[in-house]
Amino acid sequence: MKRLIQLTVNGDNIEKLVDTRRSLLDLLRNDLGLMGAHRGCDTGDCGACTVHLNGRPVPSCLVLAATCDGADVITVEGIAHDGRLHPLQRALVEKGAIQCGFCTPGMLMSALALLQERPEPTEAEVRAALAGNLCRCTGYVKIVEAVLAAAGELR
Amino acid sequence: MSESGPRTIGQRVAKLDAPDKALGRAQYGHDVRLPGMLHGRILYSRFPHARLINLDVSRAKRLPGVRCVLTAAEPFLPRNGIRRAAPGGAAADNPPARFGFGKDNTPFKGDVVRSVRDEVAGVVAVDPDVAEEALGLIEVEYEPLPAVFTFDEAMAEGAPILHPERGSNLAKTYRYAHGDLALGESESEVVVAADYLLPYVAHGCMETSVVVAQFDGRGRLTLWSTTQIPFLLQRDLAEALGLDGSQIRILQTAIGGAFGRGLDIYPYEPIAALMARKAGAPVRLAFSRTEEFVAGPARQPVTVTVRAGARRDGRLTFRDVSAKLAIGAYISWGLVTPIVMMETTASLYEVPHVRFQADCAYSNTPITGAMRGYGNPQSTFFIETIMDRLAEAVGMDPVAFRLRNANRPNSVTPQGLVITSCGLKECLEAVGAAAEQFLPRNGIRRAAPGGAARQSSPPAPAAQPAPDARPTLRRGIGFAATLNVGGGARIYRSDGCGATVKIDDFGHVTLVTGSSEIGQGSETVLAQIVAETLGISVEAISVVNSDTDVKPWDVGVHASRTTFIAGNAARLAALDARAQIFETAAELLSADAGELIAVEGMVRVKDDHARAMRIEQVVRRRHLREGGQIVVGEGWYDPPTQLVDKETYKGNISAAYGFGAQMAEIELDVETGQVRVLRLACANDVGVAINPMAVEGQIEGGAQMGLGYALTEELIVEGGKVLNPDFLDYRMFTAADMPEIETILVETDDPNGPFGAKGVGEMGGTPTAAAVANAIFDAVGIRLTQLPMTPERVLAALDAKEAQESA
Repeated sequence: MKRLIQLTVNGDNIEKLVDTRRSLLDLLRNDLGLMGAHRGCDTGDCGACTVHLNGRPVPSCLVLAATCDGADVITVEGIAHDGRLHPLQRALVEKGAIQCGFCTPGMLMSALALLQERPEPTEAEVRAALAGNLCRCTGYVKIVEAVLAAAGELR
Repeated sequence: MSESGPRTIGQRVAKLDAPDKALGRAQYGHDVRLPGMLHGRILYSRFPHARLINLDVSRAKRLPGVRCVLTAAEPFLPRNGIRRAAPGGAAADNPPARFGFGKDNTPFKGDVVRSVRDEVAGVVAVDPDVAEEALGLIEVEYEPLPAVFTFDEAMAEGAPILHPERGSNLAKTYRYAHGDLALGESESEVVVAADYLLPYVAHGCMETSVVVAQFDGRGRLTLWSTTQIPFLLQRDLAEALGLDGSQIRILQTAIGGAFGRGLDIYPYEPIAALMARKAGAPVRLAFSRTEEFVAGPARQPVTVTVRAGARRDGRLTFRDVSAKLAIGAYISWGLVTPIVMMETTASLYEVPHVRFQADCAYSNTPITGAMRGYGNPQSTFFIETIMDRLAEAVGMDPVAFRLRNANRPNSVTPQGLVITSCGLKECLEAVGAAAEQFLPRNGIRRAAPGGAARQSSPPAPAAQPAPDARPTLRRGIGFAATLNVGGGARIYRSDGCGATVKIDDFGHVTLVTGSSEIGQGSETVLAQIVAETLGISVEAISVVNSDTDVKPWDVGVHASRTTFIAGNAARLAALDARAQIFETAAELLSADAGELIAVEGMVRVKDDHARAMRIEQVVRRRHLREGGQIVVGEGWYDPPTQLVDKETYKGNISAAYGFGAQMAEIELDVETGQVRVLRLACANDVGVAINPMAVEGQIEGGAQMGLGYALTEELIVEGGKVLNPDFLDYRMFTAADMPEIETILVETDDPNGPFGAKGVGEMGGTPTAAAVANAIFDAVGIRLTQLPMTPERVLAALDAKEAQESA
């Protein structure tokens, strides 16, 4: 079964006929060619596919695309402005918080949601906010450091 | 030389590939999209050991969207266009090509399946879901066979033989000795012993295994791959497919984690090629997360018996280790992990008398492969917890005891390891000092502070909880050290890497290296080495490292070898390019080439800075003329090392050795058995840190894996089946679980390393489990010998201790 949905993705108006069994992640990657959200598990456990849905971070593999009619979706591709890295992206780059980079887009979206809600988070709050995003490379040390540094810069 | 310019070595240079990764633009294997690309899925066995009686794929073939179905009957590619002779008639017309480290594996299995990850059939369809649906329509009739899941079962009399043509399940034995064990025992004033049981562990790469295969119109195969061994994969794949290696091109995408996973050929790779050939279209084969846990390689589990002795003065006398390994149904690199277990046993600390023996058997269980540390996390766990028992038995402080026996610079171990730079002492002192520094902050009472100056003292009694803590909490600290190859590892006949450095008309430099970027930051470190050598900035450098048609040969990304080996090759290539520049500049500046230096993008005459030219000017003047020449430097580095002797296992396998030590500070709840690591101090002898930020990243990431190995990670395999193939049940440390990590870099300036650097990729997680186990002992007096140290196991050990004390 298919359903016609209208939504905005990174500010662009999108109209798509979607299979009702497909996830938002499928829509982004396969239909819209937005490869920034990564498929790490497809069961909502790893966080690599995290995007913002109506302002909240969600694992897009667990959201059915058909339910996104009227939704506002922001992916990692939508956070840099004028070709310049977002301060959070820049902090991750400069602090050495990116190794293989597969978890990075999801980390970024979870961290960004935290900073939008709490501009001055404690380290414990950062760690709690990122607990749904697994990373196998960094031990999270430099990711947490980068998020705290970006918070300081964004204030 | 660039001695007068700003140095690039030692700078915290951001990874060259990080901006694209932050923008979501890096292309991983899962992101490859080719026109007309189809999708493959694999059907695995339902039984750990069974005969295939019947395979009916007719319904799957009829499903709309399915392009083809493959089974073991799939004809293999003819070698050089000529179909191989068929001496045995029709069935032998398409003999299954045997591949893999033990030449015992085939893409699809045609007669017998030997594990639940055995490939029975494959489907190619227009999308992965259709392919998955088609798998469910394949009817397979099995006749289950008796199966063996452990070493002892595999070696029991009357056990089913997995590969009957081999006559036995025994796949390999290792026998190593130095000194005289009996003498060592007789000199011992204390002897300790323990049995260990170490689990399967998964790599847990965030990106699952993925491959895209495409044949071009000339019949040449291109494989987009997450491999760590592109050049060996060319050869292995050629063998598996009956092609020639020259017909295979490997392209490495951005790789979402590797950690040793990509060090062998696995059946899905030739299967993808077979699918692409049969479908006549490019095929992507991507593992699901479940498949990754079940069909991927695992860290080698092992059961070990250890005995060791010491004199009362704290000197080690002997070690005697015997290990049993169930290696899975086919040989991969798990079989060779005893080489590294042996190295730890024989050469971590100075031990005069050592025996190490290991036996490996086939089993109907997951395939075991290489995983970060490669045998060393296992052996460092048993050796370093045994060290702690010995320290306790002789009544010495654990750090002082280790220092008494520490390896020294410019020494040769009885195993034949030639140790040049060695910072083990400094690492132990650093974590000893770190323990001291942490004490007041966390309210831990401890009898003797750490550090070299510590005198022998009885082991500290169980630490007291902080005043405001729950009364059931106990705190403790523990130490462990590690030895790891840091200058390559000669496992193959060559341990080499090639590189070229091209300088163009605009002063832009392209380093083409045989080595690969797998997320660890190699391309950035190699760019720093080239920048330093040429006196230019890293911004002026691009690194090409992903295409076997372009880059020179390299043996692969393993054994923490890339900074050292590929770094030396890159440096040699840059020196060659610089010599070409200097040759021309000497003419143009009317100077002797020996008087020139390269600094800040310029070639200058030493002591006469007025005589200088920009590098790109020299390049242009060199080639834009009659008889001109381009600037391309070449480098090849193969370290001065040896293959270990096949009988004695002795020899200098690496051109440098890395050392490290860790201190874990833990809190254990005696009511729940829960262990929480509060702090982990990690000191590592890295030679020279070319990029301290990248080095810290390796250690911090290694610590996350080491902590998981210690406390949470176990691939639970029962009856040959993986019971927890997902991230909900296979628990890796999250950001919220991590302790504070303190990294301490000890620089010993290795004589053979590029700018003094040694490898560091694997050491971060190697001693962690032992440090945590020793901290648990410090806290509550129990010695755990099975990993992970789950609350259940902690409580069982506490109960056993209580029962023993009341008895």
